[in-house]
Amino acid sequence: MDYATSGEVMTLGSFVVRNAFRNKRRSLLTMISISFSLLLLTLMICIWRSFYVDQVAPEAARRLIVRDRVSLAFFLPAYYRDKIRSVPGVMAVAPLTWFGGRYMDDRPEHFFAQMATDPDEYLKVASDKIVPPEQVKAWQQDRAGALVDVTLANKYGWKLGDRITLQANIFPTNLDLTIRAIYHRDPPQNALYFNAKYLEEAVPWFKGQAGWYAAQIDSADLVARAAHEIDDMFHNSPLQTKTESEKAFQLGFVASLGNVKAFILSICGAVVFAIMLVSANTMAMSVRSRTREVAVLKTLGFTRQRVLSIFVSESVALALAGGLLGVLVAIPVIAGLTHRFIGLGIPLDMKVNVVTGGLSLLVALILGVVSGYLPAYKASHMNIVEGLRHIG
Amino acid sequence: MAIPISYNVRNLRLRKGLTIMTALGIALTVTTAIFLMALIAGLNRAFVSSGNPLNVLVLRKGSEAELSGGFDASLYPTLKTLPGIAKDKQGEPMTSGEWVVVIILPRKDGTGEVNVTVRGMMPDGLEMRQLSDPGHRGVKLVEGRWFQTGQREVVVSKSIQSRFSHANIGDTMEFGKGSWKVVGVFDAGGSAYESEVWGDVNQMASDFDRQGGFASAYLRATDPIAAEALKNRVSDDQRLKLEGFIETDYYAKQTSSGAPIKVIGFVVGFIMAIGSIFAAMNTMYAAVAYRGREIATLRVIGFSRPAILTSFVLESLLLALLGAAAGIVLMLPFNGMQTGTSNAVTFSEVVFALRITPQVAGYAILFALIMGFVGGLAPAWHAARQNILSALRS
Repeated sequence: MDYATSGEVMTLGSFVVRNAFRNKRRSLLTMISISFSLLLLTLMICIWRSFYVDQVAPEAARRLIVRDRVSLAFFLPAYYRDKIRSVPGVMAVAPLTWFGGRYMDDRPEHFFAQMATDPDEYLKVASDKIVPPEQVKAWQQDRAGALVDVTLANKYGWKLGDRITLQANIFPTNLDLTIRAIYHRDPPQNALYFNAKYLEEAVPWFKGQAGWYAAQIDSADLVARAAHEIDDMFHNSPLQTKTESEKAFQLGFVASLGNVKAFILSICGAVVFAIMLVSANTMAMSVRSRTREVAVLKTLGFTRQRVLSIFVSESVALALAGGLLGVLVAIPVIAGLTHRFIGLGIPLDMKVNVVTGGLSLLVALILGVVSGYLPAYKASHMNIVEGLRHIG
Repeated sequence: MAIPISYNVRNLRLRKGLTIMTALGIALTVTTAIFLMALIAGLNRAFVSSGNPLNVLVLRKGSEAELSGGFDASLYPTLKTLPGIAKDKQGEPMTSGEWVVVIILPRKDGTGEVNVTVRGMMPDGLEMRQLSDPGHRGVKLVEGRWFQTGQREVVVSKSIQSRFSHANIGDTMEFGKGSWKVVGVFDAGGSAYESEVWGDVNQMASDFDRQGGFASAYLRATDPIAAEALKNRVSDDQRLKLEGFIETDYYAKQTSSGAPIKVIGFVVGFIMAIGSIFAAMNTMYAAVAYRGREIATLRVIGFSRPAILTSFVLESLLLALLGAAAGIVLMLPFNGMQTGTSNAVTFSEVVFALRITPQVAGYAILFALIMGFVGGLAPAWHAARQNILSALRS
């Protein structure tokens, strides 16, 4: 060792770091392996956070969705709209109907949400969508006009005035639409809105109905009460309603995919266990190859605790380095996946932030301690004489 | 000359701890992959095994699912007179006009409410579904009796019975305009019917204000050729404005419901596999490093570089195989575990079982072998290229 000759002061910290990365290839492989596991863990944490923890924007929190109690497949009558409007606190109500058509072909990457609505009132409900006023006007004036998300417009190169055709699946008519307005929203949404009257003209039996209603409520305190009042109002009607916040409405789709919570947790479990194995494995190899060195350290007077802490620290340093790499890689990967999910119509707003990244690193830290402990314990309790004799 | 494989086996046994930990790491990745593949296999089976190739499903033209269908009841008698329809017990054409609605049931484990498909059918509908044909197993009653025409009675599938509350014989279910008595439980052999509740079509139609029409009609053809002809005849008749589907084709299209699971499965499997490859590489590099002198000795004895390369790749493959085996054994208890997801076409819950088929196991082994191969190649290359003299001296 040439530390002394180089004149460097050897602190415990630099000793640990130097040892952790002494076998460069092994450390690098371990780090990469850990980083991929942590990338996955970060992804899972972000999904969890987006589903179950994140609070929505204030306007969205004041938005209620009123739909048929049994299933979205059933339409609600048009007169429900005025009745909902009469509930105290309701500022605006817009009808929405899922058109479910296809654009170009059946490929999933060409799928996006298409909804029939009322252009005169829709933007009062969806106040988080930002549209230039002249475009709003153009959309309201053209019955066959469409309002589209800016990312969707960019994806297909649509410009104002472009004409597109949606092929029908559920309704028996194709739609020819003209792009009249483009909206900005954070996060982007991949959706298209058009005038429900246009659909009614083409499909007579659809007249006087809507898939569901979105209602904007005055203040946050009134939201829960308004939801109750709406459902009570239709309790004895032939079609009962289910009113819930927009977030709960979206979570309903997530829940219908199956037991998502258990799914995420089990993947996290597998990942955590995998990191532990990899990291413990590396530390075992490292200790094994340094048997003689440990014995020398002990003859120099290093106590068992010292040796133990040196090896645990090494394991932690490796795990943290891998974790940091994983979190760094996760940032672009998760941004890309979010984009892709939104493209598929799944409203997942995932971002790696201080909390999610920090949580992943914390997991890495704990795993570093746990996985390093056993090999380190073995090393610290080694018999000095045997250790010195060891041929490694 | 090749190095005998027992050399590798002995080496793996010599460094037990390392072997077990690396194999377990691979096993975990394999387990995750098996879990996701078994989900997809189960879901595919639910759809692929659904429907009888002799049944022709009739829907309103342009509608792709029973839920969004609906045609006037006056068209039904015309359908009944079409040629090529098999006869029922009474000697009449075996056809059934049906209604499908979706209701909300609370899950037994309290994890929320789920949409469940309720199907109203005619007596012929029941008879048709109990028929077994080559390559298709009919629905069987396992408990109680079938519902009776004109009664507010329902029969439920086995998995509905086990997953939802109030679904045992003698219980009453609340939906539509009142309560329905559960009188029987049927086994649909893991098909899409496994997610349904059945009752009398007229009772259901009046409860959901759907009298005077049907969502769909089922026609039982005498043979596959007649089924094809029936389907074309229904679709081509301009007056009817209806469309015929062979029932098996109709369900095969719904497998797209597994798309979200496939996307997630691919991402998760891919990331975990890369992690495992690096872990395996690490282990193999260590194996090579420990055995530097041994490898050099082998070379001196006369084993060629390719022989050493093959031997170490083989060792890595063995390690991966061990991991695959452990992964499969770990996952076997979950075989048959029932779960549900949303059907993208009907918006209702599809119940299906995790299925670890030989194919799934085969893919899992292949997956592990690829990990072993990629992970083992670089270290094996390193071993083969080692300088004999310096290795012997070390």
